[in-house]
Amino acid sequence: MKTKTPSKLEKILAAGNLAVTSECGPPRGSDPEAITKKAGMIKDHVDAINITDNQTSVTRLCSLASCIHLKLMGLEPILQMVVRDRNRIALQSDILGAASFDIHNILCLSGDHQQFGDSSQGQNVFDIDSMQLIQTVRHMRDDGKFLGGDDINRPPRMFVGAAANPFADPFEIRTPRLAKKIAAGVEFIQTQCIYNLDKFELWMQQNRDRGLHEKAYIMAGVTPFKSAGMAKYMKNRVPGMDVPDDVVKRMAGVPKEKQAQEGIDICVETIQRLKECDGVSGFHVMAIEWEEKVPEIVERSGLYPRPEAVE
Amino acid sequence: MIVAKRKPIEEIIEEVQAYDKILLVGCNECVTVCEAGGKKEVAVLASALRMHFMNQGKEVKIDEITLERQCDHEYLEELRNQIDQYDVVVSLACGVGVQFMAEKYMNMPVMPGVDTCFMGVTEERGVWSERCQGCGTCMLAKTGGICPVSRCAKRLFNGPCGGSTNGHCEIDKNVICAWQLIIDRMKNLDKLEDYEALVPIKDWSTERAGGPRKVVREDVMQ
Ligand code: SF4
Ligand code: SF4
Repeated sequence: MKTKTPSKLEKILAAGNLAVTSECGPPRGSDPEAITKKAGMIKDHVDAINITDNQTSVTRLCSLASCIHLKLMGLEPILQMVVRDRNRIALQSDILGAASFDIHNILCLSGDHQQFGDSSQGQNVFDIDSMQLIQTVRHMRDDGKFLGGDDINRPPRMFVGAAANPFADPFEIRTPRLAKKIAAGVEFIQTQCIYNLDKFELWMQQNRDRGLHEKAYIMAGVTPFKSAGMAKYMKNRVPGMDVPDDVVKRMAGVPKEKQAQEGIDICVETIQRLKECDGVSGFHVMAIEWEEKVPEIVERSGLYPRPEAVE
Repeated sequence: MIVAKRKPIEEIIEEVQAYDKILLVGCNECVTVCEAGGKKEVAVLASALRMHFMNQGKEVKIDEITLERQCDHEYLEELRNQIDQYDVVVSLACGVGVQFMAEKYMNMPVMPGVDTCFMGVTEERGVWSERCQGCGTCMLAKTGGICPVSRCAKRLFNGPCGGSTNGHCEIDKNVICAWQLIIDRMKNLDKLEDYEALVPIKDWSTERAGGPRKVVREDVMQ
């Protein structure tokens, strides 16, 4: 496939390689080392690194500044941007700010509702939704124009991504929803963490039936469990998460000190199985506050060394 | 209707503590239906206040009246000849009525007697829920007759978000996900294919974002 942006991630995907991305959550403070250290642990094992945008509505160092720190390290950031906190002026302005540092990837998200975080009494914005943010970035990039219609001098050149949750309800619109994001202009997808592989494969089947896997790169999201407690928590407490009982049982079935290893094993097995799933273009490894395990997961999954990006 | 709820009595006491002649004014419209500011609630508030001042050993005149509406001049005018007997008015109308009263009687302190919540429906007696935020450009035709502005916690026009679970919104298991409702409606209407039409970015200038709003109809003006 021909590439449309200078994004390294796009090049790797377009060359037909299974891409690997991971993510780093910025700190609750202004120490840049919190971000550069995490990135340093994973940089040789991934093609690009997502920086979350005040995830779970907890106030943190901003995604854009964190992306700039990665850029200064010579790494490839993916700027996550939620529509919860910014109106169309701020969104477009931050996109230009990112573009001015040659940040070439963006992930367009709605964002968790603010009631989950540290500012539940705050306002939210939701001027546009994530689908419309995809359209906005594509419009700025491809037409070189602001939403208001004026020309942009040096438009952003961003590879445009979004999230997809194959496990949210109602299931019957999960594939139509992906089709809608593709119609809006999305070019790559990172999915919610996958534990229910059968359901994920069913979703992929439906996507393939409509040829959607050929219209956007679908990267399968995985998160290793650190403990049986985390598996239970994700199952019961995190909205839109599907953790089947047998996975929770498997985690609970091993002694506490071996659970972390079991979690990593499950993650590696998931990747290995999904490597065979037609239409999966790569993996998004979200090791939440456990970045040091990403190299092991990537290596054991046979995804190391990472390919060079070629034009 | 406009749905309101009763204010905590402590708050009302604080509002009127400094006064001796209090007029409580109910409204016979929405706030009567949602049982927050009608004749009955005025009576309840009046006795609570009388009790309070009696316990304090303070002599206070508290009178009650309920108007047909407080959002129209003609009904508010009914107070013109008696309002001077009081030194404070507590209006149990919605915030609209409280303000219109204050605008009309410029020298009279007017306190709110209810917390105005939203535009909504009576689901069953004692349960009211939101349906509209008056965005000024109704788009229900595109969303199966269910309003994502007022009923989706993220105002998504191309929802649902990834947090929708078993028909519930991610913010609370007791809140129905608007997008589940929209999709169910589209299915019932045999219009599920409409789901894939992208709803364009909304013009919010007809909503609160555009500043205070006004509807002017010259054809009906006198
Ligand atoms: S779309 Fe606007 S006018 Fe229509 S119901 Fe929703 S908030 Fe009210
Ligand atoms: S769960 Fe449904 S109602 Fe709640 S924010 Fe998401 S789409 Fe909106």
